Amino acid sequence: MDTYNILASFAQTGGLLIFVFGFALVLAYALMPSNRSTFDKAARTPIEED
Amino acid sequence: MASIGASPVAPAKRMTLGEGGSALALAALALLSIVVAAKAYEAAYAFHAYLFAAGSVAAVFAIMNRYNDRPAALPPQEIDGKPNYNMGPVKFATVAAMVWGIAGFTVGVLIAFQLAFPALNFDLAFLNFGRMRPLHTSAVIFAFGGNVLLATSLYVVQRTSRARLAGDITPWFVVLGYNFFILIAGTGYLLGITQSKEYAEPEWYADLFLTVVWVAYLLMFMLTLRKRKEPHIYVANWFYLAFIVTIAMLHLGNNAVIPVSLFSAKSYQVWSGVQDAMVQWWYGHNAVGFFLTAGFLAIMYYFVPKQAERPVYSYRLSIIHFWALIFLYIWAGPHHLHYTALPDWAQTLGMVFSIMLWMPSWGGMINGLMTLSGAWDKLRTDPVLRLMVVSIAFYGMSTFEGPMMSIKVVNSLSHYTDWTVGHVHSGALGWVAYISFGAIYCLVPWLWNRERLYSLKLVNWHFWISTLGIVLYISSMWVAGIMQGLMWRAYTALGFLEYSFIETSEAMHPYYVIRGLGGLLFLAGALIMVYNLVMTVRAVKPVAEAEPKSPLVAAE
Repeated sequence: MDTYNILASFAQTGGLLIFVFGFALVLAYALMPSNRSTFDKAARTPIEED
Repeated sequence: MASIGASPVAPAKRMTLGEGGSALALAALALLSIVVAAKAYEAAYAFHAYLFAAGSVAAVFAIMNRYNDRPAALPPQEIDGKPNYNMGPVKFATVAAMVWGIAGFTVGVLIAFQLAFPALNFDLAFLNFGRMRPLHTSAVIFAFGGNVLLATSLYVVQRTSRARLAGDITPWFVVLGYNFFILIAGTGYLLGITQSKEYAEPEWYADLFLTVVWVAYLLMFMLTLRKRKEPHIYVANWFYLAFIVTIAMLHLGNNAVIPVSLFSAKSYQVWSGVQDAMVQWWYGHNAVGFFLTAGFLAIMYYFVPKQAERPVYSYRLSIIHFWALIFLYIWAGPHHLHYTALPDWAQTLGMVFSIMLWMPSWGGMINGLMTLSGAWDKLRTDPVLRLMVVSIAFYGMSTFEGPMMSIKVVNSLSHYTDWTVGHVHSGALGWVAYISFGAIYCLVPWLWNRERLYSLKLVNWHFWISTLGIVLYISSMWVAGIMQGLMWRAYTALGFLEYSFIETSEAMHPYYVIRGLGGLLFLAGALIMVYNLVMTVRAVKPVAEAEPKSPLVAAE
């Protein structure tokens, strides 16, 4: 197989999986209930004064 | 690098590695520049070499004078337990943004009227549209927008990390070096130096210099984050970091060139044909995605909550917004090459990813707008907040329009017409410039320790005049662009093209005049802003008079 076909077949299989898995990780991180307090605090960062 | 807190015994004064090293490196650059200037093939290139020589010699003197004047200890990281923020470079970039902004808007107005009245190029080579157009785009995107991003990123990373900017010489090298690059780029266009790549016109030597500046920017940003007192990295910093990293990657990929000689400005691209086109628009569209979007979204995520005094509407959404945006944007470039030699699948890929971008774009817009929940009444009294909210609305509008125009059948009508120009300006004037104006209106009183702006009434005037200007601009370009597209594809009953190209140009004339007037109004608004800012800084009473040498603390 030439380079083009190797890359194209990887992009259409492995590449797709990597992206879906990566996005699932992002969703899990963002929606994890245990991160709620961190994010609620972070949301106030700009308005909290030092 | 610096010791924390002042020690009772004054240590012996030593030159830091940064001071000595950068002075030596700049001295070497000055020597090299003089040799290049002497042997340069082109006069314009020799001029640039002299500029490099003058700039580096001035920098060496500045470093030495600064060393002689400073106390033995470097500025402390903290004073009385509070971070000792480094706001000098931030102030410089803020002022530079306004100066370049006015220059860029003025050139924009000039070329808008040149299109309506071609005689306005006065038959002078350096006023030719072909030279003025890259001057305009670079001045507004990289000079105005770039300085806004530098100023706000260096401000936000310090405030949200509660840490002083990393480095001593580096912050100044980044800010001054970036502006020197702008000077080289801009004078190059006027003198006819260009590598003919849209939004990447500067030649190889300017690109190399920018690479050094940009790597220093990246390192400084990351080292500042490493010093942070907050465990969590605030989302605005993620957007800034994505902007800095991606621009570095794009810049290196798109500027892969081989110079003809060390003594010539001319270079040749490594890529050729459709590969070159693809790399160019991979760069070009991500300059939109990461420079003009990610960077300015960072501004939104800090300045909108700050000015509205409300927390970010949904911090979770901001995380999903961030990752979705950066995953998708990088693939959207091929939509600039519909119906070209680019393989069809690549065109479709660009189109599909552009359409998917609707989701993060609108997610971000909703997050920005909803941050005002509970504070909508402030829109009535705070014109600065109003500027930012209208900018988010324009962001939503232009990120709706963009994916729509990337659909192949729509693109067959819109491409190469002024509809594209109108679309770009609803993003550039409505989104990028408005969020920047909002941020600068906030920053100037904070940085110069003023209680408030000189006049909110003038902000109101600025807002309404420039909004009218934007409306004139984009509506005239919609009409002109769609008309132009329809005229190009109109056939007679016998199958001939119905209109000659010059007939379509003639039909555009009234809309070009309206567009020029819109630009003039936008410029007028920006001039009102400059007056307002100058009067704000000149106000006699700073907020905290007690300690003239105290670190800058935002006025609340």
